[in-house]
Amino acid sequence: MAAYDWLFGALGLKDWCEKDASGGPMTMAQLLAKSGKDGGGGEGAPVSFWDTPFPSLDTLNESCSSVARTRDMTTWVENLFLSVKDPLKVVLDPISQPLSWALDGSLWLFQTVPWFIVIPLLLLAVWGASRSWKLVGFVAISFLFLSFIDHYVPAIQTLSIIFVCTGFSVLLGVPIGILMSRSDRFQRVSLPVLDMLQTLPTFVYLIPLIFLFSVTESKLYGIAIILYAIVPVIRLTDLGIRLVDQDVIEAADAFGMTDKQKLFGVQIPLAMPNIMAGVNQTIMMSLAMVVIASLVSAPGLGVLVLRGIRNLELGVGLVSGFGIVLLAILLDRVTKASLGRINTAQKD
Amino acid sequence: MSKEPKVSIRGLYKIFGDDPQAMLPHVHSGMGKPELLEKYNHVLGLQDINVDMQAGEITVIMGLSGSGKSTLIRHLNRLIEPTSGEVIVDGENVLDYDEEQLRNLRRNKMSMVFQKFALLPHRTVLQNAGMSRLVRGEDEASAESHGRPWLQRVGLDGYEDHYPHQLSGGMQQRVGIARALASDSDIMLMDEAFSALDPLIRTDMQDLLLELQKELQKTIVFITHDLDEALKLADHLVILKDGYVVQQGEPQHILLNPNDPYIEDFVSDINRARVLRVRSVMSPLNGETEFSGVVDANDNLEKLIELSEGDTSHNFKVQKDGEDVGILHMKDLVRALVPTRAAEKGAVR
Repeated sequence: MAAYDWLFGALGLKDWCEKDASGGPMTMAQLLAKSGKDGGGGEGAPVSFWDTPFPSLDTLNESCSSVARTRDMTTWVENLFLSVKDPLKVVLDPISQPLSWALDGSLWLFQTVPWFIVIPLLLLAVWGASRSWKLVGFVAISFLFLSFIDHYVPAIQTLSIIFVCTGFSVLLGVPIGILMSRSDRFQRVSLPVLDMLQTLPTFVYLIPLIFLFSVTESKLYGIAIILYAIVPVIRLTDLGIRLVDQDVIEAADAFGMTDKQKLFGVQIPLAMPNIMAGVNQTIMMSLAMVVIASLVSAPGLGVLVLRGIRNLELGVGLVSGFGIVLLAILLDRVTKASLGRINTAQKD
Repeated sequence: MSKEPKVSIRGLYKIFGDDPQAMLPHVHSGMGKPELLEKYNHVLGLQDINVDMQAGEITVIMGLSGSGKSTLIRHLNRLIEPTSGEVIVDGENVLDYDEEQLRNLRRNKMSMVFQKFALLPHRTVLQNAGMSRLVRGEDEASAESHGRPWLQRVGLDGYEDHYPHQLSGGMQQRVGIARALASDSDIMLMDEAFSALDPLIRTDMQDLLLELQKELQKTIVFITHDLDEALKLADHLVILKDGYVVQQGEPQHILLNPNDPYIEDFVSDINRARVLRVRSVMSPLNGETEFSGVVDANDNLEKLIELSEGDTSHNFKVQKDGEDVGILHMKDLVRALVPTRAAEKGAVR
């Protein structure tokens, strides 16, 4: 006799419960209990009040087999996902295809062009962004070191993934942030979604994506990285535009600027420091995610970390981990330096 | 005063709150600001404003903070929408304008100078000065060629390539004025344009404005909380209190005939000898022939006191543009230096 028999008795639901008495397959716990009972436990021993279990689905199912069990519920969620998966895939697949192309293309490009061209080009980009010889020197030394210890290819793979994912994040995130700054209602709707994207454990992103896309497709990890990393650029674009000095906005209105002139001539330029801070955060977060994404076949330094964990190759894991830290420092310093240049160009 | 006013405000009301339209009947039936706030939680911003602004004159709207003066000036180019009333510019009601017409008004007819300058911090001084041209869709070269002479006119040669944050407050406001002038608009709105500047620079800027005005003859609407500034600049003075017009008219007239204790309070603190002009206290010529000297109708009383060396027995002949227009008795002058009480004179409007 189970704990809640009295409940269904009192509600007069006994017939409904027994109609489908066969029940589903037994759970492991039931099986164990059964074998235990066969061994000796008295059938139908009354449950003491102190031991009353919480009326969860599984407990109720013991009293009334018509009640679904928790694992039926998870199966139901799974089936729901699987049933929407195909139509979803029809829509998402073509939309996300450019991401695959971009990721594959950029990986191919970075690996095909020889190192003695890639590294100078990177240094040139650093100079363009930061105008600081010190930083260029630091980047040069870091890359030569990574190459020297044979980590050039994974490092450049990681970098290429980050470039592409940050690019997509900015391309999508800035317009979304602008929309949020213009509509309070849209902001109210978006903020919980952004909160969710930021707090969801990173592994959880991967689960539905694995079902949606094949693990061999690069957009799988691309989407995971973008979903995780796009949040700060959206938030800070929204914030930056909302923080633009109202007096300046009023002046723009008083001189008859159209919304478009205001957006591109005043709001975005004045929000630039905040937007760039968002881009910096986005880069940092995609770097964090690219390591986890190695679980779903993202190439790069993350793969080496993963190898370190799987095979307990301590040295491999530590060195590649250090490589990631080095990349993080480089990217952070370079974006901060270019942010600093924007800031000095427009103080008020 | 017979000509058509350039800008005229008719029966303007502004109520802030959730449902301003529903509050209008209450206000029409005479409910005051405190009562409306207490009973319905709506703020009465402006009530029944009627002001005519003549072309080529400086109309100064004066009031303390919270009197609604900044709200009022923003109704002229509809940065704030009124609850009811009319704003007529060149015979057209601005409140009937659609978005396109309104934009044209702001681009071509009205320019504005702001208390906090509100320059674009990421643009150079020259680009700021030419901003109104760029907004209209003219190219960079045209904007610069129109901005540059105005920058020179306000005394900012050589600062064209600086950024606003590199300039002092007074210089930034000069850029603000150049920006407004470069749009070639007839009407200039100046919202506490000099209030954020320190006193010496403020005087400089007032002189600059008067000098520019002599030559340009724009229709200027100037907002200030400073009576000295108002009296110095105004051709027509409007005094606001709690959202309604307490008194308006020629500044000298208001000074000599305040019709409200509120204005008396204001007026009592200023240096009357410097503000009052001979024309305001002179009497008509009555066949006198003995004069201690000849003075101009626009001289201020301070100059007369200096001229007479404090002797109240003198009479002066008053001339305007070379013609005799009246006589000034020093006794009248001394009497005019004491503020009049509205109660004694009887409220005149």
